[in-house]
Amino acid sequence: MVDWMLNRRVLPWLVTLGTFLLWEGVVHGFAIKTFILPPPSLIATTLAAQWEPILQHSLQTLMTTLVGLALAVGFGVVLGLAVGASEKVYAGLYPLMVAFNSIPKVALVPILVIWFGIGTVPAILTAFLISFFPIVVNIATGLATVEPELNDLMRSLGASRLTVLRKVGLPRTLPYFFAALKVAVTLAFVGSVISETVAANAGVGYMMMVAGSRFEVPLVFAGLVVVGAMGIVLYQAFEWLERRLTFWASRG
Amino acid sequence: MSEGFIELDNATLRYPRSDTPAVVDISLSVPSGGSVALVGPSGCGKSSVLRLIAGLESATDGRVVVGGDAPGASRGAVGVAFQKSTMLDWRTVLDNVLLPLEVVSGPAGFRARRAEYRQRALALLERLGLGEYAHRYPWEMSGGMQQRASLCRALIHEPDLLLLDEPFAALDAFTREDLWGLVQSIWRERRPTTVLVTHDLREAVYLADTVYVFSKGPGRIVHREDIDLPRPRTVEGTFEPAFVEYVQRLRGHIVEVRDIDAGRATTDAKEPAHG
Ligand SMILES: Nc1ncnc2c1ncn2[C@@H]1O[C@H](COP(=O)(O)OP(=O)(O)OP(=O)(O)O)[C@@H](O)[C@H]1O
Ligand SMILES: [Mg+2]
Repeated sequence: MVDWMLNRRVLPWLVTLGTFLLWEGVVHGFAIKTFILPPPSLIATTLAAQWEPILQHSLQTLMTTLVGLALAVGFGVVLGLAVGASEKVYAGLYPLMVAFNSIPKVALVPILVIWFGIGTVPAILTAFLISFFPIVVNIATGLATVEPELNDLMRSLGASRLTVLRKVGLPRTLPYFFAALKVAVTLAFVGSVISETVAANAGVGYMMMVAGSRFEVPLVFAGLVVVGAMGIVLYQAFEWLERRLTFWASRG
Repeated sequence: MSEGFIELDNATLRYPRSDTPAVVDISLSVPSGGSVALVGPSGCGKSSVLRLIAGLESATDGRVVVGGDAPGASRGAVGVAFQKSTMLDWRTVLDNVLLPLEVVSGPAGFRARRAEYRQRALALLERLGLGEYAHRYPWEMSGGMQQRASLCRALIHEPDLLLLDEPFAALDAFTREDLWGLVQSIWRERRPTTVLVTHDLREAVYLADTVYVFSKGPGRIVHREDIDLPRPRTVEGTFEPAFVEYVQRLRGHIVEVRDIDAGRATTDAKEPAHG
């Protein structure tokens, strides 16, 4: 019990703190200039000094990421269910989907800008496009690997396909969904920040780009830290939800 | 002769990815409200016959008719206790048992009678000694408990057709004998047409009106025994001469089908030495 507490509660903080200390030590030890690699202490003071604009840009990024992720979940689940339930849809769609996912999403940003202009929309769409695929794949896998015995049970009860999906397919797929969600949320941040870096006038990506052009390197790193922190918080939130909803999958 | 509730006419089943059929030329007839048992060596196709009757598999050849339906038509809500555990891990035992009622009555119908159904499920679980486990999860239970929960689920919606595939295999001898009595009394109350697969010949004779003996796979019916013993049958009754004679006779038939096979196996084994 004590061991468990130590592992889950203390260890993450300890390792993170250790990493920052090491970083600080390396910067001072090798006398690295702050516009090459700022020490964590300087990043912290930058965060404290400029918290207002940083907060504004972070909220913008959080919003675009979450909207993009929500779109990815909505479309991804529907398409994943279709692909998982039907051999035909799978056979027809998978070459296109694999090809699409192989395209670097940064390359799409200029096109999105031509279509939608600079701003929030390209960021949302990039987050959506980049986080969409893992959701489709996982939902389809979850549905396609439902134990045949469970389908037999439902068929013996005379259940319709929709009922089988509701009572067996969806719950059985939930652990796969959460696995996908945890990958997708981090990818969504990558998507929105990349897009903001290229074509936006708000968001952490935009802030970092501007700061970089002015050689305000500590502010660039502050942006990175903020994105990382938001990623961790959302990841944790989904993990918490996962533990509550799919404890049966891990038997605990 | 009147048509039975279950009619199999020279039914043959071959699974898609296998060369030899699982069962061949199965003809059997079970009257409405009747109870039959299928016995035979492992792998002879007893579960396959159950799948045919449940409508989960359609016959490669021959005819399978249940309840006067057209062949291949949906059977409605059958009560099946499968050989392998088919509990839904994300539902409590109680919710697993309620599943057939949810499916049969539909969302609105189920919601309307939820309290009543819960009472019914809890009472049945209690009868099978699982009252305390209603709110636990299937994976928190032993194999024998899961089997009993599975039996509850097969019975809860009071199906006209009850298919039991080795429902007591994982239970100790005493619990098993208790459950024979329980299944017999439920059968006498509602008279579902029942097909039981078992390796236990005493169980077969106790529960069935007719016992079919299968040959080693590909399975064929090699013997049919009508059990002419009064109901209700009791555990004490299983030690009486008339009962024991039935068991002995069935045992004789099974030994016979095993011997044919064992004989073939020994000649097979000798062949390389000669060649
Ligand atoms: N889904 C399947 N696909 C292919 N072959 C199968 C399948 N299910 C069963 N078989 C084969 O059909 C034959 C009969 O199997 P079945 O499960 O009906 O036997 P059984 O009499 O119930 O055996 P046991 O007493 O061990 O449960 C076996 O040879 C088995 O390998
Ligand atoms: Mg079997």
